[in-house]
Amino acid sequence: MAKKGYMRPPTLLQKPWHFCPGCNHGIAHRLVAEVIDEMGLQNQTVGVGSVGCGVFSYEYFNFDGIGPSHGRSPAVATGVKRVLPDRLVFTYQGDGDLAAIGTTEMVHCAVRGENITIIFINNTLYGMTGGQMAPTTLMGQVTTTSPRGRGREQGLPFRVCEMLATAEGAAYVARVALFNPAQVNRAKKAIRRAFETQMAGLGFSMVEMLSACPTNWGLSPLEALKYVEEKMVPTYPLGEFKVPEGVK
Amino acid sequence: MFQVNFLEQYCKGCGLCVHFCPKNIIVLAQYTNDQGYNPATINDMTKCTGCALCARMCPHVVIEIVEGGAA
Amino acid sequence: MSEQILMKGNEAVAEAAIAAGCRYFFGYPITPQSEILEQLARRLPEVGGAYVQAESEVSAINMVFGAAAAGARVMTASSSPGISLMQEGISYIASAELPAVIVNIMRGAPGLGGIHPSQADYFQSVKGGGHGDYKLIVLAPSSVQELIDHTILAFEMAEAYRTPVVIFGDAMMGQMMEPVVIPDIEPLPPNRPWATTGMEGRGPNIVHTLYLPADKLENHCNRLFAKYSEIEHNEKRSVGYLTEDAEILVVAYGIMSRVARAAVEMARDDGIKVGMFRPVTLWPFPDNALQAAARNARVVIAAEISMGQMIEDVRLALGNRVPVVLFNRIGLVPNPDEIYAAIKSKAREVNANG
Ligand SMILES: Cc1ncc(C[n+]2csc(CCOP(=O)(O)OP(=O)(O)O)c2C)c(N)n1
Ligand code: SF4
Ligand code: SF4
Ligand code: SF4
Ligand SMILES: [Mg+2]
Repeated sequence: MAKKGYMRPPTLLQKPWHFCPGCNHGIAHRLVAEVIDEMGLQNQTVGVGSVGCGVFSYEYFNFDGIGPSHGRSPAVATGVKRVLPDRLVFTYQGDGDLAAIGTTEMVHCAVRGENITIIFINNTLYGMTGGQMAPTTLMGQVTTTSPRGRGREQGLPFRVCEMLATAEGAAYVARVALFNPAQVNRAKKAIRRAFETQMAGLGFSMVEMLSACPTNWGLSPLEALKYVEEKMVPTYPLGEFKVPEGVK
Repeated sequence: MFQVNFLEQYCKGCGLCVHFCPKNIIVLAQYTNDQGYNPATINDMTKCTGCALCARMCPHVVIEIVEGGAA
Repeated sequence: MSEQILMKGNEAVAEAAIAAGCRYFFGYPITPQSEILEQLARRLPEVGGAYVQAESEVSAINMVFGAAAAGARVMTASSSPGISLMQEGISYIASAELPAVIVNIMRGAPGLGGIHPSQADYFQSVKGGGHGDYKLIVLAPSSVQELIDHTILAFEMAEAYRTPVVIFGDAMMGQMMEPVVIPDIEPLPPNRPWATTGMEGRGPNIVHTLYLPADKLENHCNRLFAKYSEIEHNEKRSVGYLTEDAEILVVAYGIMSRVARAAVEMARDDGIKVGMFRPVTLWPFPDNALQAAARNARVVIAAEISMGQMIEDVRLALGNRVPVVLFNRIGLVPNPDEIYAAIKSKAREVNANG
């Protein structure tokens, strides 16, 4: 953290974003762009978006981008990567997209050891459609479709990293958070390692980011960060679940 | 000496930079920008250490920090 | 390799795809098309391509989406239930204007149905199938050689119009062996300046299907349909057989057209004025050519291996001018005798009515 000052990464286009005040999608976008610029990969990247509040990622990033259907991004990324094996190919998916409708595509992408990266934004609910319960919703958490708080009969939180870490094809799997500057730095390091894993041809990588959705949580941006730290982290412990040899 | 530049028209007044600035020099302005938010601003730039914690936390990429005095 | 060889329909599709320059295939096993997968799993690595076995047809079609967006000539194949799972992806591919070839070796349905030959997916591919306003070019070959020729043609059309093309086969065509020639062509590599390949030397390329502002969505649909009009103008294909004086016209496509043709020959031997009309493109449907072929017809028999799907397009093309009746069987390709009998009975009615 010796480096002083800050400049917008050139790989992020300068335009107004649709994200709500304090939405952590913006931080995630910025970190991805920073890492791509630092690795000098802007011209070698194909970003695969998803359907959710990250749906406009291809309009915000200044590199080639694809907007697939809800949940299918890992399959689309597989198609891209098989044709362009030397490109950096990553998906950017929310928890509804990845851990509900797209579970099959995500799991089998990891199981095949597809040499792509998934950036997974876990904000515990369906943000874009107005805050409905997702498989990642915390126990007791109130959403528009768990109005009394998520109870046992509505299932239990889905820990994707822990599951994917059991897949032999998964090379790098990490869960990070964005609730303070130290966590943001750690998150950036994880993205870097995931991309390095991919560029070294080591296999599938995923970075899950615990991410605040102040709007649907009904919290101020600051309270929402506290909610991530105090409520989300106990259910979704942070850390690197798998790190390949050769990516230190 | 650092200069913190806010791309004011993109600021959504979320206040995260205000909270995380260790020098407590960022405030939300009284006026609103074109989007209707009170944008973040700094009155006493001389106290800025260039730590960039504000920019690290800004979800809307509003903040750039350059070394060298204000013009 | 332009000499004649004996080949199974499914293998022929695979070899034709390779001849057409297709290097990527994404699929999932299903009878009666699995030989296409098996052949390409063996052959594509030999020619510098890749075969990926997806975990479902949902995934397979989305891999096709990605590979096409990345600039590759790409194909998938399945059979009816699997093609159902692909409908969402096909809608996205059509909207994103990606070239791709989709082979449907149809089997009996609804539901799991059976693995018998079928033509019951006509509505699904010709009328839509997925959500929204889009069209698919649908080709209906009737022999193993045509499976080859249409596979090559499908890649050319997909590329020329930036649109998905469906090839209809059925369980019998996939399995039957016929002598064929695989043409020795040298297709140019795909030329896709819009592909998402990494933006070296240019600005970003974006492949997407989202049009939130109403006017942008309307423009997008209008643009797609301007393209579809062009396809309708250029690509309607059909074959007529003894239609000039035909008072009875049998309309059939794919494998059924071969049976119908044999039946027409039998009836002609009896002096019955009967002909056959075979749509080669199901969309765009060759309505003008059908109208011409039916100009002397007093009855039209739509012969299908379904409960009657193409018959709706036959009626749309011919209006009330002439009665259109259905001859159909389910779960099998009928014998020429059966259609011959239907022609005979119609001939009696036509004569009785003067
Ligand atoms: C097939 C299909 N079903 C449903 C939707 C509606 N939909 C759009 S976004 C979304 C949920 C997105 O949630 P998530 O992936 O968690 O992203 P977030 O907005 O929370 O970042 C849903 C259900 C859709 N677009 N397509
Ligand atoms: S709804 Fe939530 S996830 Fe979506 S932009 Fe707003 S804060 Fe972000
Ligand atoms: S750079 Fe550091 S000291 Fe300066 S305004 Fe930002 S957070 Fe405050
Ligand atoms: S963090 Fe960014 S968006 Fe939020 S108030 Fe500060 S400058 Fe504005
Ligand atoms: Mg979400």
